[in-house]
Amino acid sequence: MSGTSLGMPAFPRAAAVSTGDSRLRANLTHATHTIRDKRARAVAELDDWAQLRAAGAAVKDRTLRHLDHYLERLEESVVAAGGRVHWAADAEEANRIVTRLVRETGEREVVKVKSMATQEIGLNEALAEAGIRAYETDLAELIVQLGDDLPSHILVPAIHRNRSEIRDIFLREMGSWGRPAPEGLSDSPAELAEAARLHLREKFLTAKVGISGANFMVAESGTLVVVESEGNGRMCLTLPETLISVVGIEKTVPTWQDLEIFLQLLPRSSTAERMNPYTTTWTGTTDGDGPRTFHLVLLDNGRTDTLADTVGRQALRCIRCSACLNVCPVYERAGGHAYGSPYPGPIGAILTPQLRGIEGSLEASLPYASSLCGACYEVCPVAIDIPEVLVHLRERVVEGGPVTRRGTRTVLKPARGHAAERAAMRAAAWAFDHPGALRGGMRLASRTRRLHPRRLPGPGRAWSDSRELPAVAAESFRDWWRRTRGEQRPDGASGEGRGGVR
Amino acid sequence: MRVALFVTCINDTLYPRTGQAVVTLLERLGVEVDFPGAQSCCGQPQFNTGYRHATEPLVHRFDRAFRDYAYVVTPSGSCAAMVRDNYPRIGAKAAAEGRGRELADAAARAVPKTYELTEFLVDVLKVTDVGAYYPHTVTYHPTCHGLRMLGLGDRPRRLLEHVRGLELRELPGAEECCGFGGTFAVKNPAVSAAMGADKVRAVARTGASAVCTVDNSCLMHIGGTLARQGSRVRPVHIAEILAATEDGAEGGAVPGAVDGAEGGAR
Repeated sequence: MSGTSLGMPAFPRAAAVSTGDSRLRANLTHATHTIRDKRARAVAELDDWAQLRAAGAAVKDRTLRHLDHYLERLEESVVAAGGRVHWAADAEEANRIVTRLVRETGEREVVKVKSMATQEIGLNEALAEAGIRAYETDLAELIVQLGDDLPSHILVPAIHRNRSEIRDIFLREMGSWGRPAPEGLSDSPAELAEAARLHLREKFLTAKVGISGANFMVAESGTLVVVESEGNGRMCLTLPETLISVVGIEKTVPTWQDLEIFLQLLPRSSTAERMNPYTTTWTGTTDGDGPRTFHLVLLDNGRTDTLADTVGRQALRCIRCSACLNVCPVYERAGGHAYGSPYPGPIGAILTPQLRGIEGSLEASLPYASSLCGACYEVCPVAIDIPEVLVHLRERVVEGGPVTRRGTRTVLKPARGHAAERAAMRAAAWAFDHPGALRGGMRLASRTRRLHPRRLPGPGRAWSDSRELPAVAAESFRDWWRRTRGEQRPDGASGEGRGGVR
Repeated sequence: MRVALFVTCINDTLYPRTGQAVVTLLERLGVEVDFPGAQSCCGQPQFNTGYRHATEPLVHRFDRAFRDYAYVVTPSGSCAAMVRDNYPRIGAKAAAEGRGRELADAAARAVPKTYELTEFLVDVLKVTDVGAYYPHTVTYHPTCHGLRMLGLGDRPRRLLEHVRGLELRELPGAEECCGFGGTFAVKNPAVSAAMGADKVRAVARTGASAVCTVDNSCLMHIGGTLARQGSRVRPVHIAEILAATEDGAEGGAVPGAVDGAEGGAR
């Protein structure tokens, strides 16, 4: 994935830093709570939401099961409509293809539609290395780019910034990228938006190459679809002479009729809009209208491997609405950057380790970046059981097991650093399966309860740093029952001998 | 009616009075309670941390311990959710790994008979007024597993609303996780503590004298955070409220009392 994210510390360390940033916490809490409340109201308006959700999940599952078939259909349709299709196995190959295509136009500047796929592969950085400047045109992406920052949210990449921070960035940076911000710019949303509009207009009118992703690709007609709220994407998709779209292979839907489901699910889940303001569709090239040349770069980058995992593959249903981020209590405190990937939040915690593999320390820590509260699953418009996948990936981290890497089945070793935990978990499981030993241990704990430390060493310190430890009871329930109700058959379900005090 | 009490390991060792309260309450409602000694932990800590294989003997143990019972009642939303939601997954995965149907069958026997306490009261016994008396202001935190995996809905609230003397206070942001999450509290301490602090702040805003849940594991985290802050708000399991009566506690259970034997404040 993006080179910019490499070398990020593992999640708990990064989150410990961001959790202490009170401005970040305030920005995030305000923004996520506002969006989640609006989303809840928008979804509640539809009495068939549950059916829509099930239909969305079913279409995605069916398409993913036969993805090879639908991708071939898509390629045929795109070519028949006058487009060209390129297949990219990984980020490097995708970047190489796009760089070559831009070079062939002779241009040194491109305008970009907000796109997660190009974030994922680090396209802007790759283009910069080749001497090509990529201008982000989505307002939030522009803020991130001008601020030399990283996106921290799928839908609202600059969610970690407040208005006054944005004004400062505009005043400081716009001039070096093009039209400067007007002097005396205030932090009112209207003034900020106007400054961005004037700055971006120059780019739209001069750029000869546009680069986009797509929310959906319709296999039957070879049509690509971008849904957006600002209209900047539409400018990039229609004005340049050459359009290059980089799209993950999982964005395929078979027919226009399938699209209808997602055009209802996506806007309500992401922006709480009943219908998204701008839906742009393009099919190959058309004389006298829109780009002369159209390239589609189909991106794998770990998706086929993810598809091979029967539990984990549901992550590929994701339509990038970001509803799971907005309800996630962990995302709200840790912020998006802690996830070390353009895909933060709950979906990032299951997508990133699958696309990249779990061998890295960040990737191995992401499946644990959740309290398993289930709020993400509840809001997901395509019913991805994120907690289920998190636990599934945790198992892969601690126990290893069979995985598919670059199309080859291999057996993964357990991640390092879990030996002590593994021993403790197995010891606990053994004790729990041997009640005699467990009872002995519990009695010992009860008798020594006054000696127990109030602060724990080792991993337990994390608990006692901020919370009082619970005390072991003077008498366990088990012993109380035996004292008052009499002996139980050790192996079984006996109600006999309940002669104790009632 | 005869039921088996699945007390859970955390209640057994740290919160025995919750188990005693369940016994008191169910017997008051005319239910005969057994405590099969072969029972143990549900396996949730291992399973949720990724040690699925270490969980398997505990699925078998649960099945053996409760085989003779039509109903298993537990005062823990998350342990009930572990049995109902995850035991079938564990069984299915074992079968998929070519190790036969034994675990899947054990899971299939466990699932339909396992009830969280408030579910059992409302759905099986069909009572919402259990004859309790608890003259305190209480706020209710719906735990994540109770809320989302079990779908307890308003059952706990309906029970609390019928408790005489009890004044129920709305908890702001009630459906947000308290930040415990089992080993999450240790693996991501900073985020867990931040979530706990926010939850405790919401509890304080209600002005209630006690915070109650269907799960002592969440209460351990909330109570531990309250205690560290020197708060006077008491963590109390719903079973202890429902077991309380006007003529005092039965079976040695003193609901919500704070002493050395109870978790939280020391």
